[in-house]
Amino acid sequence: MNREHNLPDYLQQSEVVRARFDSLKQREKILEVRHLGKRYTSTQGEVEALRDVSFSVHRREFVCVIGPSGCGKSTLIRILAGLENHNAGDVLLDGKPVAGPGYDRGMVFQGYSLFPWLTVKKNVMFGPEVNGRGRYEAERDALMWLDLVGLTKFADNYPHQLSGGMRQRVAIARALVNEPRILLMDEPFGALDAQTRVKMQTHLIDIWRNIDITMLFITHDLDEAIFLADRILVLKAHPGEVQELIEVPVPRPRTPAQFMSPEFRATKARLEELIHPAPLPETEEELAVKPHMIRFTNVADNVE
Amino acid sequence: MSKISKWFAVRAELASRKRTLLGIGSFLLPLLVWSIISYTPFIWHPKIQVEDPGGVDYFQVGMLVDKSVFQDEFTSMQAQKLALPRGEPANPIYLPAPHQVAKACYTAFTTAPEQKDLPWLHESLWHSIQVIFWGFVISSIVGVPLGILAGTYAALGRLSEPFVEFFRYLPAPAFGALAVAVLGIYDGPKIAIIVIGTFFQQVLIIANTTRKLDATIIEAALTLGTRRLQLLTRVVVPGIMPDLFRDLRILLGWAWTYLIVAELIGTSTGITWFITQQARYQHFDKVYAAIMIIGIIGFGTDLVLARLERHLFPWDRGLRRT
Repeated sequence: MNREHNLPDYLQQSEVVRARFDSLKQREKILEVRHLGKRYTSTQGEVEALRDVSFSVHRREFVCVIGPSGCGKSTLIRILAGLENHNAGDVLLDGKPVAGPGYDRGMVFQGYSLFPWLTVKKNVMFGPEVNGRGRYEAERDALMWLDLVGLTKFADNYPHQLSGGMRQRVAIARALVNEPRILLMDEPFGALDAQTRVKMQTHLIDIWRNIDITMLFITHDLDEAIFLADRILVLKAHPGEVQELIEVPVPRPRTPAQFMSPEFRATKARLEELIHPAPLPETEEELAVKPHMIRFTNVADNVE
Repeated sequence: MSKISKWFAVRAELASRKRTLLGIGSFLLPLLVWSIISYTPFIWHPKIQVEDPGGVDYFQVGMLVDKSVFQDEFTSMQAQKLALPRGEPANPIYLPAPHQVAKACYTAFTTAPEQKDLPWLHESLWHSIQVIFWGFVISSIVGVPLGILAGTYAALGRLSEPFVEFFRYLPAPAFGALAVAVLGIYDGPKIAIIVIGTFFQQVLIIANTTRKLDATIIEAALTLGTRRLQLLTRVVVPGIMPDLFRDLRILLGWAWTYLIVAELIGTSTGITWFITQQARYQHFDKVYAAIMIIGIIGFGTDLVLARLERHLFPWDRGLRRT
């Protein structure tokens, strides 16, 4: 196993971190999920995507959801956004049950999903405009949020002219301009290259630190989850159930230098333990693949 | 790479100069084949055009006879020691040479009709264009919104599409007699045929195009607070616009193919009337000229619309490239 030795217990928190969690838990609950269940019928019969999922997110808390594929994390976030129905339990936003999608829950998708026919500025203006705010106000807000994500220069470009990281910045600005209570992010940086991803993570923390926004962030990248989150909701697959809600002991402010800190490594070791995928049984066809290696080069011609 | 393999790189994009060159070539190639058949006397040319009848009593100057007939008469004149007929190999009258058709493209417009009260070529053409235009507009006014609605709302799609699917197999010309009975003998039934031919395809194609719109775009709009009707006007319609435009371009091409049949219904009018009229007088150069003019108008409109598309949807070109 990947279990490292000489690591502190991931449950062990420094004074500062503990004090922070204590004050965080004093904050009001923005999102409350109670005994959430979701089942649907597919071609393979009845599938239970989520079973008895309960957790809550406090105001301005950063929660990451992580789990193996098939754990229903995407289903969960889609239910929270109102894009899918659930069969059991409640989803409460500010204590009121959610019904259908609404601008009070912003969402950022992995595939950017910007409107290709609108310029960057018009994309951001879309939310305020459909919510009945005037054109002038919408434009003013859009420019403000574009400035915040650093894209003022690209306001009149079309999405296809931007890089992946820039498109995701537009998507974030487009969601935030509506001033949602919570920002739901569904593996938003999954399609970005490693360098851009780190930049975007840092930028996202910067945004979160400066505005009144609560974050629920889905990822399959353990480092990303630890780097961003206050708490990590670990799901397990078939059916999707809460395995553990981990309080990340890495102190804030976070920097990429902390990746090697003992708290970080301890948390990562724990996460790996939890979602280490069970080795899949090999199929008969796969077992039939038996490479028979023959040496084609001179015996003296070694590469290792 | 050698010169030839450069031209035949598998699935590689062509440079723009090569594209233009080959595009012109695609027109020159059939023209070349036509020219070879027309201008080389030893290729095909199954007829002989008589230049001097000689002793053959029924031959006349300019007459076209079969090669075998000419040969028979030639040998029989030789046997009777009479004056020999002379002639040049020629193609049948229904295959005029390119230069004759090119000339007819011009003269067809300048020649007065055979009877005084009949329309000139440009009047016939204008008539055809009007029939196409109204047929297409009437079909689109209903077909485009219906297609978009059927593609957006599964219930409306299911309620309309099976029947439309059935109806599109009914050949539009089969409704000719019915259309005349209902709408009279003038332009009404002709426009109706084009509508019937276009409309049902249109609904299905546009419904399909609408369904191809990326679902996450709609979901994104929903999470931004878009309400039902806004979703249609602010997301679905602008989102499918370029594809819709392309669909309409293709459908307009189909409308042209229904034109000829439509114009034969009731009183023959328009370009079809012109073609049948000229064929009756054996003016085949003008028949070809008229057919080609249809092609030029159709192809020309499409080129203009394609240009327009690039202007209207600047965001779409980059999308297709990636």
